[in-house]
Amino acid sequence: MTNAITAEGLVKRFGGTTALNGVDLAVRAGAVLGVLGPNGAGKTTTVRILATLLRPDAGQARVAGFDVVRDAHRVRSAIGLTGQYASVDETLTGTENLLLIGRLLGMSRRDAKARAAELLGRFRLDEAAGRAAKTYSGGMRRRLDLAASLVGRPRVLYLDEPTTGLDPRARNEMWDIVRDLVADGVTVLLTTQYLEEADQLADEIVVIDHGRVIAGGTPAELKARTGAQTLVVRPARRDDLEIVRAVLADLAPAAPELSEHEVVAQVTDPAVLPAVVRRLDDAEVVVAELALRGSTLDEVFLALTGHRAEITEEVAV
Amino acid sequence: MTTLHPTARVSPLAGLRHTMTLAWRSLVQVKHNPFEILDLSIQPIMFLLLFTYVFGGAISGDTGDYLQFALPGVIVQNTIFATMNIGVMLNSDLTKGVFDRLRALPIARWAPLAGRIVADTVKQAWSVALLLVLGLVMGFQVGTGVAGVLGAFGLMLAFCLGIAWLAVLVGVSVSEPDKVQIFSFAVMFPLTFTSNVFAPTETMPGWLQVWVKANPVTVLADAVRGLLTGPVQSGPVLASLAWAVGLMLVFAPLAVWRFKKRV
Repeated sequence: MTNAITAEGLVKRFGGTTALNGVDLAVRAGAVLGVLGPNGAGKTTTVRILATLLRPDAGQARVAGFDVVRDAHRVRSAIGLTGQYASVDETLTGTENLLLIGRLLGMSRRDAKARAAELLGRFRLDEAAGRAAKTYSGGMRRRLDLAASLVGRPRVLYLDEPTTGLDPRARNEMWDIVRDLVADGVTVLLTTQYLEEADQLADEIVVIDHGRVIAGGTPAELKARTGAQTLVVRPARRDDLEIVRAVLADLAPAAPELSEHEVVAQVTDPAVLPAVVRRLDDAEVVVAELALRGSTLDEVFLALTGHRAEITEEVAV
Repeated sequence: MTTLHPTARVSPLAGLRHTMTLAWRSLVQVKHNPFEILDLSIQPIMFLLLFTYVFGGAISGDTGDYLQFALPGVIVQNTIFATMNIGVMLNSDLTKGVFDRLRALPIARWAPLAGRIVADTVKQAWSVALLLVLGLVMGFQVGTGVAGVLGAFGLMLAFCLGIAWLAVLVGVSVSEPDKVQIFSFAVMFPLTFTSNVFAPTETMPGWLQVWVKANPVTVLADAVRGLLTGPVQSGPVLASLAWAVGLMLVFAPLAVWRFKKRV
């Protein structure tokens, strides 16, 4: 299978800040690539370059076989963009928004109307079709955004943080929609701050930090490297912290982190839990809290980079 | 659909079609935005009624005489002022991300700007027609004829095309839509009022007369007055056209340059 998206050495500077510092990507046709990173890592800048909205200062990218700078118009014919910054017109109704895009794409009035009705039905927006988009809930807004980017039946779809700010139910709905699109053969590049989202949807994941790709692979590979889960142990007596740390250091693949009240370790094998319990029992440590939970992006970062994800605002340009 | 064998560029004809579609969008927005209806219909009507019946007697001694003098002026003032709305709408497209979606579509790069300007011309034509009809109902007498009225229309819209580029420049330069309105009130409001649209130049102090006579708003008001009430004066008409072209030559490149830097 050929690649639907390839990017090599993308560099982008805004004034004195380097937003991208040599990003390489490749997405097979029909696959989903999850681009994972904190705010300000360069996710949105990458998407904007691949969507022809920004020119890279160095490097090159091809989408659907066309160069994003030299053949920008052809790239635009092949892509759909749903993002934090690419928005529908709030003052227009759902139908009017989709009609506008259909007409801009060269459809006849009748075809554009039919396509709008089809998409509104598919995304359960038919009842709200005649209302201005500014009256929509967060989840409805995202579904309309997505519908707008699908009017032209794109082969490549960019989803820039499609579920940020949505409640869990709306997020699950969005995930189902994305799965359906992938089943239709659309290539998807998805940026997210949530490890779980990338895990749920992506065939492959790249992790971006400070404008560079710092890790990549399938979700399983990435988890094996970083620890899929986080084990938290809080002893009843703080004097036991050191013993707990020693036990976890023995059993977990990476060095555990010691804080004032608890010890945190990244683990990959769930079977580690009974072993930890046995060892702590042998050492006569009374445990106040013992929890195994999915790793957060922050913890993946810590495991990959040795530093915590710095939360800074993405530069909006 | 053309997605399988996309062309490398947009043909001018397709660009024109995109422009018309985007102009349609701007006009549909009016339907959903009560403030625009206010700007385009209520405000001009209020201006005409207030100036004619409240100030008219004091300025001209008779409201009927004043209407003959002021209607062309109100048309000019209102049109120039309302054109700044392009800047407000453009800026909200930029800040809200609508522009990003449009630019990611395979459409002519100039269509979003041109669409706004075409839609604005339609809106201004509506306001001018509304004021003319209301003026006629109030007793305004056209002293020229159909050709004069059409000429006034054409001249107004041509001038709008020039001043529209100033609105575009402001719209793409400021950080939020509200700041366009601040510009309107701080610059356009005094600019349109320090002219002879509402009062004859001779009644003003000498130092102000110097400016009022040089103000393009006065030039345009003189031209439109001539075209509506007669006799038609070619001097102000030609000067207005020159101003329209001049404004476009200065502000269009600046606006496009700022626009390209912004997006």
